[in-house]
Amino acid sequence: MNAMTTQHAEPTIAKPAPDPKRPSRSVDIWSLLMEGRAFIALILLVIVFASLSDSFLTMNNLITMTKHVAYNAILALGMLFVILKGGIDLSVGSTVGLSGVVAGTLLQGWQLDLFDIVAFPQVWVVVIAALAVGTLVGAVNGVLVTRFNVAPFIATLGMLYVARGAALLISNGTTYPRLAGSAELGNQGFLLIGGGRILGIPTAIWIMVVFALIAVFVLRKTPFGRWVYATGGNERAAELSGVPVKKVKMRVYIISGFCAATTGLIISSELTSAAPQLGETFELNAIAAVVIGGAALTGGRGNVRGVLIGAFVIGFLSDGLVLLGVSTFWQITIKGAVIILAVMLDQAQQRIKRSKNAALAAADRQSSRQAPQADN
Amino acid sequence: MSDVAIERDAVVMRARQITKTYGATRALKGVDFEIRSGAVTVLFGENGAGKSTLMKILSGVETPTSGILELDGRELQLVSTVDAAEHGIAIIHQELSLCPNLSIRDNIYMGRELVHGGIVVDDRTEGVRTRELMARLEEQLDPRTLVADLRLGQQQVVEIARALAGDARVLIMDEPTSALSGNEVEVLFRLIRELTDSGVAIVYISHHLEEALEIADHAVVFRDGELVAKGERDAIDIAWVISNMVGRSADDLSPELRDEFGEIALSLRNVTVADPSNPTRLAVDDLSLDVRAGEIVCLYGLMGAGRTELLEALAGRAPIQRGTVAVGGRELRGESIADRIAMGLALVPEDRQRDGLVQTMSVGENSSLASLIAYVRGFWIGDRRERQAVEKGIADVRVKTSGPTAPITSLSGGNQQKVVIGKVLMTEPDVILLDEPSRGIDVGAKGEIFALMAREARRGLAVLFATSEVSEALGVSNRVVVMSKGRIVREFDPKNATREDLMIASGEATEEELTGSAHR
Repeated sequence: MNAMTTQHAEPTIAKPAPDPKRPSRSVDIWSLLMEGRAFIALILLVIVFASLSDSFLTMNNLITMTKHVAYNAILALGMLFVILKGGIDLSVGSTVGLSGVVAGTLLQGWQLDLFDIVAFPQVWVVVIAALAVGTLVGAVNGVLVTRFNVAPFIATLGMLYVARGAALLISNGTTYPRLAGSAELGNQGFLLIGGGRILGIPTAIWIMVVFALIAVFVLRKTPFGRWVYATGGNERAAELSGVPVKKVKMRVYIISGFCAATTGLIISSELTSAAPQLGETFELNAIAAVVIGGAALTGGRGNVRGVLIGAFVIGFLSDGLVLLGVSTFWQITIKGAVIILAVMLDQAQQRIKRSKNAALAAADRQSSRQAPQADN
Repeated sequence: MSDVAIERDAVVMRARQITKTYGATRALKGVDFEIRSGAVTVLFGENGAGKSTLMKILSGVETPTSGILELDGRELQLVSTVDAAEHGIAIIHQELSLCPNLSIRDNIYMGRELVHGGIVVDDRTEGVRTRELMARLEEQLDPRTLVADLRLGQQQVVEIARALAGDARVLIMDEPTSALSGNEVEVLFRLIRELTDSGVAIVYISHHLEEALEIADHAVVFRDGELVAKGERDAIDIAWVISNMVGRSADDLSPELRDEFGEIALSLRNVTVADPSNPTRLAVDDLSLDVRAGEIVCLYGLMGAGRTELLEALAGRAPIQRGTVAVGGRELRGESIADRIAMGLALVPEDRQRDGLVQTMSVGENSSLASLIAYVRGFWIGDRRERQAVEKGIADVRVKTSGPTAPITSLSGGNQQKVVIGKVLMTEPDVILLDEPSRGIDVGAKGEIFALMAREARRGLAVLFATSEVSEALGVSNRVVVMSKGRIVREFDPKNATREDLMIASGEATEEELTGSAHR
């Protein structure tokens, strides 16, 4: 039904018309609540879990949960770029696994059959190689979408399989169990990525914070960020305004791949082993975080703050339920319900916004007609 | 008021004191309106005058806030379009509402499929009836043809056929000719006459004033949600319509123009562009044209004459197959849209919603989108620079808004169009292309847009704009170039040209028709 119909009930017959540009206070509070609903949900979660479990609000638990949040949040930040552009990246979970496996195989010795030697590259080389592989997956997604016009859903679905297959092929299906390196080979230090702490806080959380700050900066302050929003909002209009739409699309997938590879490094370092299965279904959690944070899957709407809150809601929800001893089956069900609820609320909010804007536009039309200016 | 109801002119449907409010906005303020059988009632009015709202109420899309609808003298409450259709009221919408993936037949019977025994769709009967309908509309098309494979005009015909298939007694047509060629309009008008002869009541809305007057039996004019004037066919003319629509005398589109121009700013030589929807056909065929700095050149022509295709190719949206284009003496060599904007060539596209605006962004973000790079320092956008440029840009084109952060969707069509023009002007172009700049905005805003265009020309900008409205072509240009079938057929100096000259040149009307209509 038309967005305007929400205002039917109001009987405005002869009373002096209120200025539509200044909506009444009650509307303001309501829309404020809607605006901050994910944050309110997060606070409610904390209150409920804290009252049900003594250990929920301990420092140790908060740090552990936030570390879990960070894994998903870093993926979701990359996903945010893709979704803002109006696409989707289903391949990130597999990229997590692939980058871990690449790191694992390099750390445990890279068989160079041609020279009959085993190379043990240094940790920084390993990290760069793993990130490069993730970036490559993103670039392939980008090329498929921009050059071959494959729908993002299909292109990244394909890469979900390809990247997972590559991880299994490289590792031959087995897990690399020792990523610590050794002093004589000079390749120690990998475990610090996920296991280390700075000022008592795990590196993963720091990386999340840094990535989030960079994402805020890029989205709000750079032309590229504005272009991402414009491309997702209306690709044709963006293109006609001179926005290099293809370049923008290419880059968002690369960013997403890079974020996924980073997550893969953090988790395999934390686990001190790299399994080719790592990261299965991670893409869904990342998408959920972005959506709960108020981003539109159609593109053009969403922000970093929302994504972080979304990641916290999902992370705290699952860890909290674990803490309470709720069965995994219920956890999954509840998570699903939360996602659906988030999207329903988002729809309601958009409806309010649309009808408000439509009323403003109508008022604008009338005012421009009542005061026609003859100028030239 | 002439309430002398002869048999064929009886009131079928009546609206009494209809009001409709959206929040604080009153779209209709107590309208009395009659629809007569066997006659065409034409509604005139600017956008937002209330005629579309009234049509939505008559066809069951919306319910009135107060007031009564009557059908055959009995009170009627319409809750949905399906409900309205069951009462014999059908509407043909301005925007096509067909499914391109379905056949003509399936579109026509969409939602009211004929079925065998309540289960199986009776394709055969549907097909036969569709064929009959299409024959009546003089379109020889297989009912199984996909709508996606039809030309826009043919799709409009399918839309009309769909309304007819429901055996409507009251048929509302909202801008039915906007996508039709001259021939197709003729067929439509013949059909309308046939329908009225059989007693169908027709309500007709069109922005094409001449055309609508031609078919009118009764005319009513809306302004600001009120019905301000009504008249019988013989008693009215265009001047009457326009003065009632605007509430002041017509002829307000004539801004001051320069008559001395600078260097050639845009030069086209033998430009040829393929039709994007049918690459074997040429949309623009060997066209040459110069536009000088400070000059306003109007591309006048019918829909399908190739105006849009030409402008889009110049802007870099579509490739130019043959020929050369030079901007300020520099020849184009397949530059991207962004590069052309940097060279000083920018387009204000025809379809504001689809190509002009990013609806999810604010007024300010839309304004600066095309010139963003100019505000960058190092890696990031200089906030202050951008804000100042946006404020200046918005003020320059006189957008009325609560501020740059207001959502673009909170503006009226006219103000949105000003934002699009402002965005283009902020790139500091030397040549500006405008495709139907007045499309979908009301007369007041139209005057402002053209005043703006003239001001920019006085400042030395070369302007090339396309229109299908004769009054705009003659009122706001230094030179009118008439296009037909991808070629330039005539050029006019608007000072020495008449509306008829343009219409004949474009193929819109033949000389006989024009002299014939003058006698009527």
